[in-house]
Amino acid sequence: MEPTNVGNPDYYHKVVDCQWACPAHTNVPGYIRLIAQERYDDAYMLNWESNVFPGILGRTCDRPCEPACRRVRVEEKPVAICRLKRVAADLRGDVTPRFPDIPKQKNGKKIACVGAGPASLTVARDLMPLGYEVTIFEKNDRPGGLMWTNIPQFRLPPEVLWEEIDYILDMGVDIRYNAPVESMKWLLEQDFDAVFVGSGAPRGKELRLPGRYDTDHIYIGIDWLESVAFGHVNSIEENVLVIGVGNTAMDCCRTSKRIGGTNVKVMARKSKPYFKASPWELEDAEEELVDIVENHSPTEFVVEDGVLRGMNFDIVEWHENDEGRLVSTKLDETFFPAEAVILAIGQETAFPWIEDDAGIEFNKWREAVVDRTTFMSTREGVFFGGDAAWGPENIIWAAEHGHQAAISIHAYCRGEDLRKRPPEHMNLVSAKMGLHEWSYSNDYEYAHRRKMRHVRLEERLQSIETEVEEGFDIEQTLTEVERCLNCDIQTHFTGSLCIECDACIDICPLSCLTITHNGAEAELRTRLTAPAENEEQDIYVSEALPQTSRVMVKDEDLCIHCGLCAERCPTAAWDMRTFDLLKPYAGQDAEHPYSGMGIEEMSPGGFVSVTP
Amino acid sequence: MTYIAKPRVFHPSLEKNELGLTRRDYEGVMSTLCAGCGHDSVTAALIEAAWELAIPTHRAAKMSGIGCSSKTTAYFMSESHGFNSVHGRMPSVASGANAANRDLVYIGVSGDGDSLSIGLGQLCHAVRRNLNLLYIIENNGVYGLTKGQFSASADMGSKSKRGVPNEQPPIDPALLGLSIGATFVARGFSGDKDQLVPIIKAGIRHPGLALVDVISPCVTFNDHVGSTKSYAYTREHFREAVEAAFVAPKDFVPPADEITADIGSAEVRDVRMHDGSVIRFRQVEGDYDATDRDAVYGYLRERQNAGEVPTGLLYVDPESRDLHDVLGTVDRPLWDLPFEELCPGSEALDALMENYR
Repeated sequence: MEPTNVGNPDYYHKVVDCQWACPAHTNVPGYIRLIAQERYDDAYMLNWESNVFPGILGRTCDRPCEPACRRVRVEEKPVAICRLKRVAADLRGDVTPRFPDIPKQKNGKKIACVGAGPASLTVARDLMPLGYEVTIFEKNDRPGGLMWTNIPQFRLPPEVLWEEIDYILDMGVDIRYNAPVESMKWLLEQDFDAVFVGSGAPRGKELRLPGRYDTDHIYIGIDWLESVAFGHVNSIEENVLVIGVGNTAMDCCRTSKRIGGTNVKVMARKSKPYFKASPWELEDAEEELVDIVENHSPTEFVVEDGVLRGMNFDIVEWHENDEGRLVSTKLDETFFPAEAVILAIGQETAFPWIEDDAGIEFNKWREAVVDRTTFMSTREGVFFGGDAAWGPENIIWAAEHGHQAAISIHAYCRGEDLRKRPPEHMNLVSAKMGLHEWSYSNDYEYAHRRKMRHVRLEERLQSIETEVEEGFDIEQTLTEVERCLNCDIQTHFTGSLCIECDACIDICPLSCLTITHNGAEAELRTRLTAPAENEEQDIYVSEALPQTSRVMVKDEDLCIHCGLCAERCPTAAWDMRTFDLLKPYAGQDAEHPYSGMGIEEMSPGGFVSVTP
Repeated sequence: MTYIAKPRVFHPSLEKNELGLTRRDYEGVMSTLCAGCGHDSVTAALIEAAWELAIPTHRAAKMSGIGCSSKTTAYFMSESHGFNSVHGRMPSVASGANAANRDLVYIGVSGDGDSLSIGLGQLCHAVRRNLNLLYIIENNGVYGLTKGQFSASADMGSKSKRGVPNEQPPIDPALLGLSIGATFVARGFSGDKDQLVPIIKAGIRHPGLALVDVISPCVTFNDHVGSTKSYAYTREHFREAVEAAFVAPKDFVPPADEITADIGSAEVRDVRMHDGSVIRFRQVEGDYDATDRDAVYGYLRERQNAGEVPTGLLYVDPESRDLHDVLGTVDRPLWDLPFEELCPGSEALDALMENYR
């Protein structure tokens, strides 16, 4: 193998599994260490920099970081990353003085955003400090998009939502409520230099079965949740069937339980391993005594004299056919009584307000054709992001889309090449503080993931406004921050210093290290101290070592970043170095790498800035 | 020294030996030796060898004297017996322990200071008696614990850290052992576990004293340019005389099979030991005969005069008989004898004395 190029920020970034998995590349171990130091403001700002909505996401994120967490590879459960994000948000003080200054002298460029959801808000946050004038058109009388209309208050209290949205609106965003954009052509005729479409995926999917339109007790999940949010709906019948088993279905069934539904069933076509809902949302629903019924495929709404009686289902079983596709076999039929049915089987984008001749191309599913890199549609100056771009995703994706679209809009307004993305940089600073002192806590101790405490069942089902999760207490927080393995403290190797004494290999508790003769990757992976079988994880290969021309090989898979290799290295060939990804945002270019949101240097000492 | 405890977390595919133990079960406490010390690699080799041989950890005794080397016994097999004795006196204490309980596996770890200066007489007589003991000398040519003075194994002309050459001739433990009747003589290098682990395994199973001289660089006081016991010098002058592998009786494969199975053309020769185990030698030097004491002695002199460091399982006596065998002592360990047998009383003593009248 060629020697590994650790100068490419991607190499060390990938070692930080959580950060790599996060669409917005939030510096997870960094903020967890700040929480451990009780620097909650700093921890909050480190989040805010990349994911914009720490308090909201600390309650609602889909957590792509957690399944990726390295802890899963040595223990059963990941660090409760999402919960710790909420700790940072709960315990922060007034962070407003630390927000970027908004120039009084504007740069003369005007940007229109459609919809006041997380994607548009992120675009506004990234562009306002650069002197842009941003106008957001919102069809409702308040901002937030799906964060407000579709996430029930018992999961996300409104005050948390409004506070973080206000941080952005208070930058001087011109937000126009009750102002649905009804014509793209009209919008394009206005005096805007660029348009960002962040209007989400507002159309719930239909279930066209017999009886669908014979009653008014069948609701579309996202529309129904919106009506509940606005207070238009405040009750439901006792027997409720929710069709679909994604996260929206979970919100629908749990909301039903609070406004009159006593017998609420979630009806799933497939079996549990194929459920789309996040495991923790399923658990929370089951805790609230919602029945989740698997392998029931709906066939008919049973309506008698305009009154909904229930639904017929086929009981099915699933198996993979020769092509590896899942197919069902009908076993039996059954009837479930219900007075109300909520359809939560997916949602899609809808652009009735974009005219065919507006210059924006659509594909055969009526989705806008959007460039994956630049986020620009086929019409110059019109950008898409969030669910509006490629269909339903999560808030964290919307934030990242917003960042990327903002970079593009900035480049577009300056007449620059949109495809030339500002490069990522990194800082790599030694974590060595003294002969045997490191700037992080590297003791590994086995510890179970702490469980979030919930408000008592009887109490929480009384009101839709009672937040279920109570947040972490101090013991839970301290345990969880210590569970983090500090994957961003990288094992950094300098081959020219190595005397091949084997000290690192002998001490490594996870058998990650080997000195051996170089070879092709597949073959090399088989003859390490412990075979490197997880091919999703890289192996590091050094240059040829001075004494024997062999190479140092490290399997990144199971390293727990304890630092013993560096501790036992007589020549400092191994060093532990804090990796800090410098992710570019709008307005930062190669010459001006990002300087951070006023967070003091996390590691002392000089730093090495490495460019790819 | 290191303050971080080695975490009790393992690679999920860590292998187990026939006792169901992993290598980690053969570890000891965290080393307090300098980072990069060759002795820690010897420790790792001992752990590997004991794990591969599946020695029950409570059936071994670790013996040592004084010096950096003698701390080694704390760093492996923490469940085993151990005696960290007086400077240079490890062989005496080991002799007593072995006399009392012949059933344990005895692992002695000493150094060039402990064994070639203050304990030289002890070493020689333990070798002569052929005590059933693995005797490892972690040889770095200096007194590391007292800041790097030359030891008795320092080569002529080897330079101290200050740059002053040594002008006294060395005592070579391998040549010494051969000249006083050692039945197992080997030399290894802490930086080459592929060679060292099989030597240690054979040494542990050898019925008698297995003298293993391990070049184990002192990373703090003797790893500089001009030293003849540094990592770099040893690697440059390393010469493997013969390759050896220990084959437990049940694993024994007739050599012919192995030759056909092996791609290399090197000749394989099996030396069958008393207990039925086999040491399998793969010739590296054409006609090297590891059972010919005089030839081995001559070879070592010749190669060392040429400035090389000859290594390998240099000599083994297949007819080796350990101290108990020679003295015809009781087969069972003393703790296992009924009191009446162990201490037959004054009448038996009187009867014995009567014999000498």
